[in-house]
Amino acid sequence: MSALVPHFSYWVTLFLMIAGLQVLIARGNLMKKLIGLAVLQSSVYLLYIAPGKLLGGTAPIVAPGFAVYSNPLPHVLILTAIVVGVATLALGLAITVRIREAYGSIEEDEILELDRADGR
Amino acid sequence: MLEHLPALQVVLPLVAAPLIVLARSTRFAWLATTVVSYACLVCAVLLASRVADAGTISYALGSWPPPWGIEYRVDALSAFVLVAVSLTASFVAPYAQRSIAAEVDADRQYLMYAMYCLCLAGLLGMAITGDAFNLFVFLEISSLASYVLIALGRRRQALFAAYQYMLLGTVGATFYVIGVGLLYLVTGTLNLADMAERLRAVEDLRPVLAALAFITVGMGLKLALFPLHQWLPNAYAYAPSMATAFLAATATKVSVYVLLRYYFTVFDPAALFERLPTRGIFLALSVAAMIVASLAAVYEKDAKRLFAWSSVAQVGYITLGIGLANHASLTGSITHLLNHGVTKGAIFLLLGGVALRSGALSVSVASLAGLGRRMPLTAFGLVVAGLSLIGVPGTAGFITKWFLIAGALERGAWWVVAAIVLSSLIAVIYVWRLVELAYLRPPQDGAVRREAPAGMLAAGLAMAGLCVYFGLFTSVNVEGARAAAALLLRGGP
Repeated sequence: MSALVPHFSYWVTLFLMIAGLQVLIARGNLMKKLIGLAVLQSSVYLLYIAPGKLLGGTAPIVAPGFAVYSNPLPHVLILTAIVVGVATLALGLAITVRIREAYGSIEEDEILELDRADGR
Repeated sequence: MLEHLPALQVVLPLVAAPLIVLARSTRFAWLATTVVSYACLVCAVLLASRVADAGTISYALGSWPPPWGIEYRVDALSAFVLVAVSLTASFVAPYAQRSIAAEVDADRQYLMYAMYCLCLAGLLGMAITGDAFNLFVFLEISSLASYVLIALGRRRQALFAAYQYMLLGTVGATFYVIGVGLLYLVTGTLNLADMAERLRAVEDLRPVLAALAFITVGMGLKLALFPLHQWLPNAYAYAPSMATAFLAATATKVSVYVLLRYYFTVFDPAALFERLPTRGIFLALSVAAMIVASLAAVYEKDAKRLFAWSSVAQVGYITLGIGLANHASLTGSITHLLNHGVTKGAIFLLLGGVALRSGALSVSVASLAGLGRRMPLTAFGLVVAGLSLIGVPGTAGFITKWFLIAGALERGAWWVVAAIVLSSLIAVIYVWRLVELAYLRPPQDGAVRREAPAGMLAAGLAMAGLCVYFGLFTSVNVEGARAAAALLLRGGP
């Protein structure tokens, strides 16, 4: 336990990262794959944000009476990364909708089967 | 005006995209795209000549000085990549008009141009920025745009190819950003030059090693390093012709650039190649790509997918040079970014013309029969570019192989030389299949005997001409690559 507690946020990050990748690889449903992708991206948000926070630190606005400030840069970076993640997810969902219209299925093996039937 | 060139280089295509979407006119979209592509080429050439005269240019975006603000940094390597990308763009843009009109629904055509501009902006941004996180943002801009470009293909397979590329590409970009995050935790900076400086003082190597691994795998996915190339053949085969030509010539190359930038200017190349098994891994994977992917090309029935497989093999040549890591081999790798760009660009542009005239949804290798009689100029261009793929003396591909073999001999790696020769022989097989079909077989019944539209044909032939030009007059591609390789090996930017 003593090894786990100080690095608690890293363990959570690592768990989310691996869980996301696992879902992405092991699931054949295109929606579930996208969910895995979103979880993987969320783990990165945590990887950046957690070290930016100092215990007892306050918002980085210079004011009398405060000496310890949190680092605002990781938060700003992740704001950008969240926007990128949203855009990726939106595009992924849009393509999934189009795949459903074109193939009538969002299961990877059924789509590959239909492609094979097309004779490439 | 001139001192703002680095910003203009990226801002022009970035601003063109929303303007195109607002105007909703296909004609305006094409005009804007063409003007912007040529403007980018002018910017890139001006920047490259200034870098050659006066050395590295540093541009503080928004006047925030580095390392606090985002720095745009143009040195010999990034200038070379900027020229290579915008040169391709200047051929693809005029070509796009007829090609897009034939392959994309009328109400979506302007969106295709907008995506192309965004993709161009992202690729140029990746090459010019000196900031690790900014690079990630540009990587995602170019990637998201290229997923859409691929998904706009006419067959339904294009959708699934785009989906698979999107999954793998996003995992690649996420891995890259994890690597950057680890480096940021260790060094506290995102400016690449500053990061290199501070990494030297870092004692705890484990997070740095993890970052190296994440960045290598992440960019390996984006540049289709064997065996991370699964997304590539389908993506290239089903995308619209102009998208295939543009992406094949530029997207993987810029990812190679990012890898070079990290390996040789951020990390310590001496430690990377001497104390870690990097060299062995790179050599093994590159040789595997050169042989396995070339063999896959030999057995492929679809013409576009055949050359997509050949792209995987050609990326193998580029990474081979990185693995050897001496001046000659890096010169070979860097010059191949341009040489392979013009070669594959020419091939996919010309195949687009064939697809247009045949009217079929895909171009099978068998349907190329009699091409020498039906479309003599197109067939001639394809053969010239095919010779450059093989690496026949007098073509751009030969220059690359010359430097790679020189680099391998310098390391005493005879088996690498043998692999290069073997892979070239396999390339002879798949290119000869094309030559035989085009010139020695009669055309299929009912095949159209008509050249591609003049604009498309001219762009394709001009790029094929560049294959020969860069093979005979090496002042642009080899001198630029030499300067860039010298810069990388000096250690530190």
